[in-house]
Amino acid sequence: MATIMKHGPELLISLGQHITLTLAAVGMGIIIAVPLAILLTRHKKLAPVVLALASTIQTIPGLVMLGLALVISGVGVKPALFVLTIYSILPVLQNTYTGINEVLPAYKDAAKGLGMTKSQVLMKVELPLALPAMASGVRISAVYIVSWATLAGMVGAGGLGDWIWTGLSTYNTTYILFGAVPSALLAVLLSTGFGALESALTPRGMRRTS
Amino acid sequence: MSSEFISAIGEHMVIVLASVAIASALGIGLGILSYWKKSLGTIIITICELIQTIPSLALLAMLMIIFGLGNVTMGSALVLYALLPIVRNTHTALSQLPPALIDAARGMGMSRSQRLVKVEIPLSIPMIFGGIKVALVNSLSIAVMGVLIGAGGLGYIVYRGIQQQNMGRIILGAIPVVIGALLFDWLLGNVEKRLAKHARL
Repeated sequence: MATIMKHGPELLISLGQHITLTLAAVGMGIIIAVPLAILLTRHKKLAPVVLALASTIQTIPGLVMLGLALVISGVGVKPALFVLTIYSILPVLQNTYTGINEVLPAYKDAAKGLGMTKSQVLMKVELPLALPAMASGVRISAVYIVSWATLAGMVGAGGLGDWIWTGLSTYNTTYILFGAVPSALLAVLLSTGFGALESALTPRGMRRTS
Repeated sequence: MSSEFISAIGEHMVIVLASVAIASALGIGLGILSYWKKSLGTIIITICELIQTIPSLALLAMLMIIFGLGNVTMGSALVLYALLPIVRNTHTALSQLPPALIDAARGMGMSRSQRLVKVEIPLSIPMIFGGIKVALVNSLSIAVMGVLIGAGGLGYIVYRGIQQQNMGRIILGAIPVVIGALLFDWLLGNVEKRLAKHARL
């Protein structure tokens, strides 16, 4: 307990860094993935190529990507943010693409029949109906990135990973737990939060009665 | 260098395959249990989901406190991560079987375990296999982290490359992982399709 009190402020700073890094990476991932997904639904031939490429990138282990970023651009927040952003793209991309594709043609036809333009159909029909799927993609991304962000300590980006690294290299159990427990809780919390958001975004009439 | 590389690939594969094998036995068992006892099933699947969300470095570090350094710690982390896809797919596959089939089996006088072994499991195999495939592909990539807790495998090559600032070595360590993941995904995906053809209702 005394150790917690002593290290409390530092731990809070690490937690703050971790959350900032995660949200920044997921935010940038969304900014890249959503327009790209919309583009792919308009160019269906490109879709399998881009999605296959994105999922291949996803199989590259985090340690490898961060290691490469470290060698190429040195220590710091920037390489970590870059790598984490790359990892956050795929789940959002895949879910947004599927979400928009699964909107029933009848809805789009109805919207067209009402005289909506293409961009109106997108903004008022397709995107709102795809929102739950997109939120689920963001949730997967966020959980992923919280996890990979613990590795970011390796490239000197701070965060809770720093505590685990220090603990692992000095075999200090307290430090390991100081990093591991909050990061695990953060991941679970984010997952539950986004899960709630996902069901809140589902239009009432479309909620599954299970 | 090359013999070190090949033995790293070998060790990596052994850790991954052994862990996924253990996770399959455990996961299918838990999946059947959660199918038989619905209330228990919700708890089992929730716990597996919770484990899945724990960051890998955090889980590895915590397991290291319990099991110490080495391949056992890595293996146990892989088993824990592999549980969710296998348990969930087993549970879903069993729950989705048409009730008519199960009634027919019951009508023939089969006991619960006979139904399981002769009807329910054979029909669920493609989907269970799909879960094992996902677990295997994920494990290949997670196992690279093993180097941080003193396990062997390709992570060692990657980590040495990072320490020496040697890009070639980092990439060399990553290539078998990526190729392995794509290869397993494709191969097992084909087997899955074959199995699905056989188990078609």
